[in-house]
Amino acid sequence: MRAVRIVQGTAVPLDRSDVDTDQIIPSDWLKRVERTGFEKGLFSEWRDEPSFVLNREEYAGANILLAGPNFGTGSSREHAVWAIQQYGFEAVISSRFGPIFKNNATKNGLVPVEVGADIAQRLLEAVATDPSIELTIDVQRRTLEVPALGVDTTFPLDESVVERFLEGLDDIGITLRSADAIDDFESRRPAWLPSTPAG
Amino acid sequence: MGKKPSQTLSQKVWDDHVVRHGHGQPDLLYIDLHLVHEVTSPQAFDGLRLGSRRVRRPDLTIATEDHNIPTANIDRPIADPVSLTQVNTLRSNCAEFGIRLFSMGQRNNGIVHVIGPELGLTQPGMTVVCGDSHTSTHGAFGALAFGIGTSEVEHVLATQTLPQPPQETMSITITGELPAGSTAKDVVLAVLGEVGTGGGIGAIAEFRGPVIEALSMEGRMTVCNMAIEFGAKAGLIAPDATTFDYLRDRPHAPSGPEWDAAVEAWSRLRTDDDAVFDREVVIDGSTITPHVTWGTNPGQVIRLGDTIPGPDDFDDPAEKDAAARALEYMGFAAGTPINDIAVDTVFIGSCTNSRIEDLRAAAAVAVGRRVADGVRTLVVPGSGLVKEQAEREGLHDVFVAAGFDWREPGCSMCLAMNPDKLAVGERAASTSNRNFEGRQGRGGRTHLVSPAVAAATAIAGHFATPEDLA
Ligand code: SF4
Repeated sequence: MRAVRIVQGTAVPLDRSDVDTDQIIPSDWLKRVERTGFEKGLFSEWRDEPSFVLNREEYAGANILLAGPNFGTGSSREHAVWAIQQYGFEAVISSRFGPIFKNNATKNGLVPVEVGADIAQRLLEAVATDPSIELTIDVQRRTLEVPALGVDTTFPLDESVVERFLEGLDDIGITLRSADAIDDFESRRPAWLPSTPAG
Repeated sequence: MGKKPSQTLSQKVWDDHVVRHGHGQPDLLYIDLHLVHEVTSPQAFDGLRLGSRRVRRPDLTIATEDHNIPTANIDRPIADPVSLTQVNTLRSNCAEFGIRLFSMGQRNNGIVHVIGPELGLTQPGMTVVCGDSHTSTHGAFGALAFGIGTSEVEHVLATQTLPQPPQETMSITITGELPAGSTAKDVVLAVLGEVGTGGGIGAIAEFRGPVIEALSMEGRMTVCNMAIEFGAKAGLIAPDATTFDYLRDRPHAPSGPEWDAAVEAWSRLRTDDDAVFDREVVIDGSTITPHVTWGTNPGQVIRLGDTIPGPDDFDDPAEKDAAARALEYMGFAAGTPINDIAVDTVFIGSCTNSRIEDLRAAAAVAVGRRVADGVRTLVVPGSGLVKEQAEREGLHDVFVAAGFDWREPGCSMCLAMNPDKLAVGERAASTSNRNFEGRQGRGGRTHLVSPAVAAATAIAGHFATPEDLA
């Protein structure tokens, strides 16, 4: 996974509450065998509507998703996070996330920015009227700054999660930091244990 | 230094595999064998490619095609495009990453949980994982074996390890002796009836006691296979002479002096006498007669000869509700004798009951008899090797003469990802492990039974034990 330190850019206001993972990526998309290409399925039920916010030109190129409360509830599908990232978002802001979604996001390098309900609402309204508003998320300091609105707030993120983001470590990357211990364990395995050379 | 604290079997196997202690975090466990199939692996391999990673130990990884493959006309291309894509993706991934693959039609191909043991790849004291919940099957050898999700599949491919949070321990003791006519399937269905589908959540269950010790390896695999159905992370059984006899001379079992060293190490794999389990269940084996599920979860189970219960038979409001919904879905009334219920289909197969002993038990009932008119039957061996052995013993002739359909290996109607499906409203007696709504085809109705009961039911046309047949 890629290291993330600062996410700076504009946001798309998705002014709906309780958007569950089934709405983020409908279940038809789970049949795929690839790990990429999910951006086409993102909010696909709503994308047919020309006025849907993702279809609006003024939000093209935004890299932050500004969501309503209770974002990412429902089934645990990791595909929801993949779809959001592959579409081009690096962070999601909401006043509350589904816990599994939040966990999946941190495992994949998508920054979940949980802010107070009043701030979230102010941001939604402001970005809806002015799409050019710049936001800055600093993962190390755990801050969200929106100078145009005078917003400078912090958001919660575990120390270990911050470290993951800063160093670009996914679960595998974290385990591979113990590569010496794995090598050492392997050298002590009994010789009779089975193996299956390819062929 | 004090005396080593007493440990259960699962704790011993766990400790033997700790690469790094978690200290409040999950322990990092080494994985001895990783089994791979076409459904849960594609995105794991794709994830490796995205991260420019390799498979750390292709030699501890083995793959098979089982969930999607047809069980008839296997010389023709797979018709369903999703199935075909999954199988082809597995083939190209195994070629790219250097993993041994048993493809449809090869003699070593078969259901992932059947081929590991029969090739001698599953051995006592090992850790075994697979992106499939019925990985618990391999616990029959005293291995710590559990199912994992796709991101964990990727983790094991890349590192040959898995971080695991601690689990509770549970012992399930079956005392006494089984009555004649009862089988391993009846034992595990009786356990499900006793503890319910949530009785093992958060625990690793060890099956013990004289009934378990008297079971063959096939029977022990049937029992451990369904540990996941009561929510256990894994189920396991201490290895003994039965285990060693089964393993001796298998292709991947140790041989010569290594065999002796292995047996010595394996013999130490048992729960210490004074070890304490977090949960304990005891069931009197002499009371276990043939069982059948009546509802839509494997805990909704009664005995052959009983009547179907209704909501009034349960005190717990959730169970009352579940019973009412199950009766509605299954399409019958409370109070009906189960033996009066007719079936449309009989399925003998799945990783629960598709091994040679299962087929022998069904054939022993079928010999010299005929399947009732109008009953569709499928006998699906668990692997190419099981099929070969059955044909050597002439079992297929017995089945065919009795009117059973003798098929090629695969998961088949266990989960209906291939063309073997129930139609809406169809009722099946099935030797598989899940009777959830739609599991064997949308709207299909599943009753879980042993192979002997399945065969007797096919012949009677309604639920029956072999003893019920004239
Ligand atoms: S036979 Fe059924 S339970 Fe077993 S691996 Fe196949 S689909 Fe899963």
